[in-house]
Formats: sequence, structure tokens, C-alpha cells
Amino acid sequence: MARRVPIQTRIGFTALAWVIALLLFSPILWTLLTAFKTEAEAIAAPPTFLPQNFTLENFGAVQDRSDYFKHALNSIIVSFGSTLIGLAIAIPAAWSMAFAPTKRTKDILMWMLSTKMMPAVGVLIPIYLIFRDLRLLDTLHGLTIIMTLINLPIIVWMLYTYFKEIPVDILEAARMDGAELWNEIIHVLVPMAIPGIASTLLLNVILAWNEAFWTITLTSGRAGTLTAFISSFSSPQGLFLAKLSAASLLAIAPILLLGWFSQKQLVRGLTFGAVK
Amino acid sequence: MKLTPLFVGALTLALVGTASAQTLTIATVNNGDMIRMQGLSSAFTQQTGIALNWVVLEENTLRQNVTTDIATNGGQYDVMTIGTYEAPIWARQGWLAPLTALENDSAYDVADLLPAIRGGLSYEGTLYAAPFYGESSFIMYRTDLMEKAGLTMPEAPTWEFIGQAARAMTDRAADINGICLRGKAGWGENMAFLTAMSNSFGARWFDENWVPQFDSEAWKNTLDTYLSLMADAGPSGASSNGFNENLTLFQQGKCGMWIDATVAASFVTNPNDSTVADKVGFALAPDNGLGKRGNWLWAWSLAIPNSSQQQDAAAQFINWATSKDYLALVAEKEGWANVPPGTRTSLYENPDYQAAAPFAKMTLDSINAADPTHPTVDPVPYVGVQFVAIPEFAGIGTNVGQLFSAALAGQMSAADALAQAQEATTRDMTRAGYIK
Repeated sequence: MARRVPIQTRIGFTALAWVIALLLFSPILWTLLTAFKTEAEAIAAPPTFLPQNFTLENFGAVQDRSDYFKHALNSIIVSFGSTLIGLAIAIPAAWSMAFAPTKRTKDILMWMLSTKMMPAVGVLIPIYLIFRDLRLLDTLHGLTIIMTLINLPIIVWMLYTYFKEIPVDILEAARMDGAELWNEIIHVLVPMAIPGIASTLLLNVILAWNEAFWTITLTSGRAGTLTAFISSFSSPQGLFLAKLSAASLLAIAPILLLGWFSQKQLVRGLTFGAVK
Repeated sequence: MKLTPLFVGALTLALVGTASAQTLTIATVNNGDMIRMQGLSSAFTQQTGIALNWVVLEENTLRQNVTTDIATNGGQYDVMTIGTYEAPIWARQGWLAPLTALENDSAYDVADLLPAIRGGLSYEGTLYAAPFYGESSFIMYRTDLMEKAGLTMPEAPTWEFIGQAARAMTDRAADINGICLRGKAGWGENMAFLTAMSNSFGARWFDENWVPQFDSEAWKNTLDTYLSLMADAGPSGASSNGFNENLTLFQQGKCGMWIDATVAASFVTNPNDSTVADKVGFALAPDNGLGKRGNWLWAWSLAIPNSSQQQDAAAQFINWATSKDYLALVAEKEGWANVPPGTRTSLYENPDYQAAAPFAKMTLDSINAADPTHPTVDPVPYVGVQFVAIPEFAGIGTNVGQLFSAALAGQMSAADALAQAQEATTRDMTRAGYIK
């Protein structure tokens, strides 16, 4: 039987939730509004909330200076490419760890996670030298490889957690019916884990989309993604906040839309198995 | 089927075209002059057939990227934008190609480069980077507030006058601060200003044996003057303020004076962005009568890494971008006020430029007042006005900058900040092998 919650409490919590949500959203809202202001209005004191002289010129200036669509395409290729490759590697790995563990499985999982604890700059020089010698600098396939490697531990961990929630009896039943290992994974495990795989995909696409350190360091124009695109509009000498906001808005728009339309799937996947 | 030979021919032409097209990759910073060059660079491509691939980055990101690339011989870039800090260090390391082609080109006229800038970009007499634009620092002040305070700004004021004027112009009720200075920690942030300021107080980073000098009376006077000035006449939260924050304050009419880069002059006098555009005067950075002024010297410059496979084409581009013809091209397309300043003597002799840029003479005088090879009152073993041109300085300078910024924020006393700076710098210089 559901617990009765007084109306005042419900209104109070709803209002609190809205306040917190608006606070979290306020930087994006500020960016959104500034993108349509003139540079002078963007730094005006006291600041204006809504654009007084609504303008689209910042978007034109941004596109004139830098090819947005090329950077956006690179972002799509690298983020989806690296996540799909990561899933192809991680699904069998997570199956093995969840359903055929050895006494070292926990250690391997911890070791994989530990690679995320090291600051990226700690391995900058060796990675850079390897990329230089393999001619991977400023290439989309090089960037896809590094992004796959960065996110692989997270993908394996997420899938391992989801797979652990799936009753092993179902897989054993498939085996008794004569399913081979590959069929067991593709036709039995994957369909049952679709929400988990989908949320893993979405989360890692977002992580890869927003990755800046390696993207900016390992590219020099041709393979640059939208994070490199934004970086080019930040200036230490001069105030170009309106253009920077326009560039930021253009860069986050695709991933924001993706997150918006897939939020149900994302939340369902992220809370999968949270409550038994 | 008839189309097949046409298709093959077109494909062959395309492949040949792709193979023969030369493309230079240029790493640069995002500021007005560089972006303008990017916009005008189609003229270079038309002249030479050399295509340009631009990589525009924020200053700190650019520094990290190009340093990684050049130190590992990566070869990602053909032309790099570097400053007067990197040029002598990288030249000594053998990472940069000498610009002898430019020095030998009479049309380029290397003798026309401002001597202070040229000296800062040379190593053992050879030019390793060509200046794209140069800057010093000077005082920008509100003429109306100075008049209201009953004072007249001299062309070359002392620190004593600046202190007096700053306190007289301060009006806390009207949210007007007498002076705005950098406080944000960083070797290129507050330490650029404070190192230049310390030169005019007779201070220096190191003696001739590389022993740090923060325990000297001159450094104590520098920091005490800075902190008391900012406490009495500076804006609140100044320990977070860098160039952009102070620019905003000045443009909004909240600063009586601002001592910073000469390049800011064009921003604060631009009526589209500045509310005080018609009330700005300029003066040389202050001194204490010791023979050195508190101004710095910097030049964003173009250099060729030795790892580039296209050094001849890169030299061709640098020749174009830093030539007299380029200045004329900018003047023709965008007006003389938008010409990149601080690199050539001939620009400052040009009456059109003098008329378009009222701050031109003061900029030139400021640049000429800085001597990177003799930056301090007492002799030093290093080159650099607002920095020390050794690879360790970026780390050491930022460390000391954090201590001084903490003192400005009231988190520690000036004496503690100086004592800790002395201790940390001595330790780092000993580890680096400078102090035996």
C-alpha cells in the first residue's frame, strides 16, 4: 500500500526539485541567451537576461571562422565509432566475467578501473610517441582507438553490472537447447540486456563527445572534433563571450538533443537492477 | 560507357591535384590580430598555391600542444605561434629552424623590426621567430576621473604618484576603483605584472649565481606596495582578476587606472565595446627613479619547428605574414587602426598609422623602454623582462604566483608569501642543478 504524503510536503519537494534543476541548468541557459546577444551586451553590467538586440551574427561569425559541420561529423564518427568498437569488445568480456568468472575476475575488474584513476597527462608523452611512430596523429582512426581505450573500462564495468542481474538459468537453458556460445550471447543475452547496452552506448557516446584532453592534443585540424572547435573560441586577450557561447551551443546541441530524446532509455538503463 | 574515360581522367586529375597541393598546418592563438590574419590568408594561397590548415587554440592549450609536439619531434605543425619566452629556450634546444631566409631577404627588411623585439626572438644573434605583433605594458587611465581628483598624469609617472592618484580616484560608493591590476595566479598572469613591477623597484628573480632573491628588501617593497595599493584602491576579489576581468571592469567604467598590455588600448578606446572610449589617456608604466620601468615585453611570433617537412613553404608563409606588405594589406582591408602593432619601426613612422592609433607613440616608447637582455637594475644571468627564459620558469613562476595571489586574497601575509617563495624557488633551482 502506497504511503500517503501530505500535499504540502509534495509541493515543497517539487518546488525544491525545480529550484535544483534550474540551478543546474542555469549555465546552459546563460550560454543559450548569450549566444544571441551582441559582444557588448554579453559583458554589459548590470547583465541583461534576455537579449535586447537579438542577433544571429555570432553563429555566422563562428561558421565563417571554423567549419562546424566538419567538426560535428568528426565528433559523430569518433564518439559512435569508439563506443561501438568498445561494445563489441566489452560484451564478450563482460559475459565471461559475469557468467564464467575465475578467481582473478575481481582483480581484473579492479585493474581495469584503476586505469581510470591515472591523470591522462601522466601517459601523454608515451601515447604521443606511439601515435607519431604509427602515423596516427591527427587521424580519425587514431582518435577512435584512443577513445575506445579510454572508455573501455567503463563499458565493461557497466555491462558486467547489467549481466550480473540476468538469471544464469536462462543462459543454461539455451545451452541445454544446443545453443553455441556465440548464439547464446547474440540471441539470448544481448536481447535481454538491451536497456543496459543502450544506456551504456548513450553514456559512452556522451563521454566520448565531450572528451577534450586527447582530442585537442592528438589532432591538428583535420580530425578535430567539436571540443577542439570550442577551444578555438576561448581567448585570453579579448572578450568574445557571445561568439564563444554560440560555438558552445552549436557543439552541445546534437548531444543535448540525443540525451533529450533518449532520456527514458537512459534513466531505465542507469537504474536497471538498482532495486531488486 | 562513354563516360568511363572522362571519369578516369577526372579521377587522375583529382589525384594529381591532391598529391601536388601543398598544405601547411599552422597553430595559433585566438586573438583579434591572428583571426584577422586567418581571414586574409586566402591572399597568400592565391599568390603561392599553398593551402593553409589553421589550428586555433586557447593560449594555455596551444602552449601545451606545441610544446608536446616539438619536444617529441611530432611534426604535426609547420608553423607555430610562440612567445618571447619560448623562442630563446627552444632555439637553444635546437628545436627551431633558423629564419636565415628572412634575414637574407632584402625586401623583408629584417633591420626594420623593432630592436627590443628582434633581440627577444634571437638566439646567439640569429632570428628564430618572426614577430607577428608585439606588446609592452603601460598605464591606461580615465582622464575625467584624473581631472576630478585634481591631478595631472605625467607622461612617465612614478609609483608614488600612481599610489596617490589611485587613492584619490577611488570612490567606493560609486563602485569606482582607483586602480585595477592582475591578481590571478600564473607565470603569465600576476607574475608577468609583478616581475615587471619588481624590476622598477630594483628587485630581481636571481643573482648572478642563480640564488633566488625574494628575501631582498627590493622584493619586500614591491609586494608591500602592490598589496597596499590593491587594498586601498583595488577591486574586490582581485585575486581572481586577469586581463579579461580587468578589461571588463575598465570598459564598464569601474577602474580609474589599469596597468596592462598595450594591446588593450584598442579595446578600451573602441566605442562599440567600451563605455569610456573617449575618456582614456595613456602613460608609461611607473618607475622609482632607478632606471627601469615596470613594463614588460612580449611578441606573439611565428616559428618553424625543425620537425616540419615543409620548412621552405613555412618560411614563405612567415615572410608573408610578418612583412610590410601584410601590414599594408590589413590597412587596405580593415583600416590602419587594425594593423598588428609593435613589430616594425616603419609602421610607427607612418603618418596614417599615427593618425589612426592615438596610442601608437606610447606603445612604441613602452616597447623601447623594455630591454630583455638587461631587464633589471642589478645584473642577472637570465634574459626576459617579465619572465626568466629558462624551461623551469613556467612551473616556478606559477608556484610563486599562487603564493602572491594568496597574499592578495588575505590568506597569508606578504612576509610569509616571500619566505615561502624563497624556500620553494631555492629548492626547485637546486634540484634543477642551477645552484650547486
